[in-house]
Amino acid sequence: MEFSYEVKDSYAEVKADGRLNMVSAPKLREFVTDVIAGGSNRIVVNLENTAFMDSSGLGALIGCLKAARQAGGDLRIAAVQPQVKMVLQLTSMDKVLTAYGTAEEAFRND
Amino acid sequence: MTRFWTRLVVVLTVITGVNYIAWRWVASLNWDAWWIALPLVIAETYSLIDVMLFGMTVWRLKIRKAAPPPPADATVDVFITTYNEDLDMVMTTALAAQKIRHPHSTWILDDGARPELKALAEQHGLGYVTRSEDWTSNLPRHAKAGNLNNALMQTHGEFLLILDADQIPEPDILEKTLGYFNNRRVALVQTPQYFSNVPASDPLGSQAPLFYGPIQQGKDGWNAAFFCGSNAILRREALMQLGLVGYVKETEKSIRRALAASRSAIRQARKSADVEAPLVAQVLDEVEAATREAQQELEAGGALSEITYRVRRRVDAAVQTLVMADVSALQADLEEIAAMELAHVGESGVPVVADDAVRRMSARDWSPLGALESVQAVLDALSVERNDEAQPVMPLATISVTEDMATAMRMHAMGWESVYHHEILAYGLAPEDLKTMLTQRLRWAQGTIQVLLRENPLVQKGLKVGQRLMYFATMWTYLSGYAAVIYFAAPIIYLLLGILPVTSLSWDFFIRFIPFMVVNQILFAVAGRGIPTWRGQQYSLALFPTWIKACSTAARNVWFGRPLGFAVTPKARQSGGPSWSLIQPQIVVSVLLAVAAVVGIIRLASGLAEPLGTLVNVAWVIFDLVVMSILVRAVLYKGFEPEAEPAVQEPERNPDGV
Repeated sequence: MEFSYEVKDSYAEVKADGRLNMVSAPKLREFVTDVIAGGSNRIVVNLENTAFMDSSGLGALIGCLKAARQAGGDLRIAAVQPQVKMVLQLTSMDKVLTAYGTAEEAFRND
Repeated sequence: MTRFWTRLVVVLTVITGVNYIAWRWVASLNWDAWWIALPLVIAETYSLIDVMLFGMTVWRLKIRKAAPPPPADATVDVFITTYNEDLDMVMTTALAAQKIRHPHSTWILDDGARPELKALAEQHGLGYVTRSEDWTSNLPRHAKAGNLNNALMQTHGEFLLILDADQIPEPDILEKTLGYFNNRRVALVQTPQYFSNVPASDPLGSQAPLFYGPIQQGKDGWNAAFFCGSNAILRREALMQLGLVGYVKETEKSIRRALAASRSAIRQARKSADVEAPLVAQVLDEVEAATREAQQELEAGGALSEITYRVRRRVDAAVQTLVMADVSALQADLEEIAAMELAHVGESGVPVVADDAVRRMSARDWSPLGALESVQAVLDALSVERNDEAQPVMPLATISVTEDMATAMRMHAMGWESVYHHEILAYGLAPEDLKTMLTQRLRWAQGTIQVLLRENPLVQKGLKVGQRLMYFATMWTYLSGYAAVIYFAAPIIYLLLGILPVTSLSWDFFIRFIPFMVVNQILFAVAGRGIPTWRGQQYSLALFPTWIKACSTAARNVWFGRPLGFAVTPKARQSGGPSWSLIQPQIVVSVLLAVAAVVGIIRLASGLAEPLGTLVNVAWVIFDLVVMSILVRAVLYKGFEPEAEPAVQEPERNPDGV
């Protein structure tokens, strides 16, 4: 699993490439916390290259959402792959996290 | 009466042979030239053992009376196995099979899945079988054994007649053989493989009259006549039993292997710095406890399905706990977010993750445990589904490219009996060029050595001593390539360098050697009852490079998992002119032998060598060259041309005139 981020005009884009599972989930949480601490509270997690997510990965994503909200911002997700989409629907988390088509779209209207 | 004479000659062969070889070891070795003396005496000992095993085979030579009439209600499936053979050939065989008189169903087992063949089969009302969808591309196909195993699952006859695509059966093949199965212990009836496209001189040594004769009849006497892949009838029940026993054995083996690997997999997972969460550690504890318990149950003789089921249940429960923990943490986060009232959470408050979602997230494919690959691999292997094979039950053995011998040996080990019926009931096509013939011989030899290395008959439980030695005898003959090299080297070394592997060529030598040699030849003559065995003797020596290649490739395959370089024997003649390159090693050896003979005679003339030694070794060279001369005829052989008046009239087999 590889993480990277890029600060855009109105948000920071975090890319999570690989499998978001029990082993990599804590790292995502850490990574996003650092990005928030760095001053960005509007986060888009780009899941374009995240082929798989398990319950730990989902937990980490919600944990990151909480951290962003606590910092007065928001966390959104984009470019969701089929398996991840299934997990989100199955757990009703798609009601919490709207999956945007691309990272640019996520904060376009806010 | 013949039996008495055969046994007498066997006894004489053993006496004279042991007398000669014992003297060779004890009193004749030229230790100054140990580097040739020792290999030679080992090669001679090898040959003595070979002859003794042959003697043992013919000791119990069994000449059977006709089989009793078959049970009228016996159901039979006739299988014609094909991969890429000419469609005309397959259909000729299939239509002949259709005309077999005993009621039966005829099936074409087309491993090439050719639509044209399917259409032909349908047109003639023949069964047509291809691999089921279970045989996905990532699973081993097991060539002909796989083809037959697949067909066994799609048909249901009590007995199976197996025919290669070129083996045209006689209409009475079942009437003459099924009756043997009235004995409920009989699992196999093998009939000879005879080739109709071979001239009387048999330049490629295609007919095997010694094997489909005294050797199989002798093995039959020891209840060890074995399956040769075609022209044989098998009892389905025996095959299925074999498949089930094999399934249980393989499953237990893979479960044991998985359990043995589990400890280090768990240790590795614990060590990996990534896993710090206490919950993960708990799951690993649970997995460890479950595998330890499984190990204990296995030792106590518990049922494999229950053991693996319990492991799975226990691990599933632990995984579900893990997922539940993730979900409740997530739920708590959501509630905190809602409490912050910084933004709305969803449309209708905090969503709740349903129980079946938790169950789904805990399933094998989405399980968090998947992140620990080594542990997941162990758990996957703790199953009874045999996911590494297309079908859990594989009745025909798949440990060798010659599935036939391996299958027969396993049947015998389980107490089944076999019959060799000595009457030609099918006519096949032999290779018509040296290259194809060499490919075929290589394949047989490789397969036999694979069986020797994977399931050595000498240590197989369930086989009687005689049966063990009968199987071993066949394997032993394939080691002859190494002995041949020494037999070629010894006269060359003497004639060129004057080094004799024996201390002296004296009266002591001849009085022991000559009786053995003479009795040995008499044994073949008596046991063979006038059948031509010379061609076979020639090829067993002349094809030494093939035998050596077979041994080395099979050993590399079994011990190091390297591919055999396996090829299906083409039934059609390979085109092109004479291919001398195929026998390059033999040409080199022959030239060396001839040069050595000339040099030896020159050395004799100039007083450097003694007359007796030179005479014996030149005679030896001439013998070797005569043996090897068959290869010249083989290379120049242009394929079979039927004589003006064929001995057997080919019956009309194509009623539609297609």
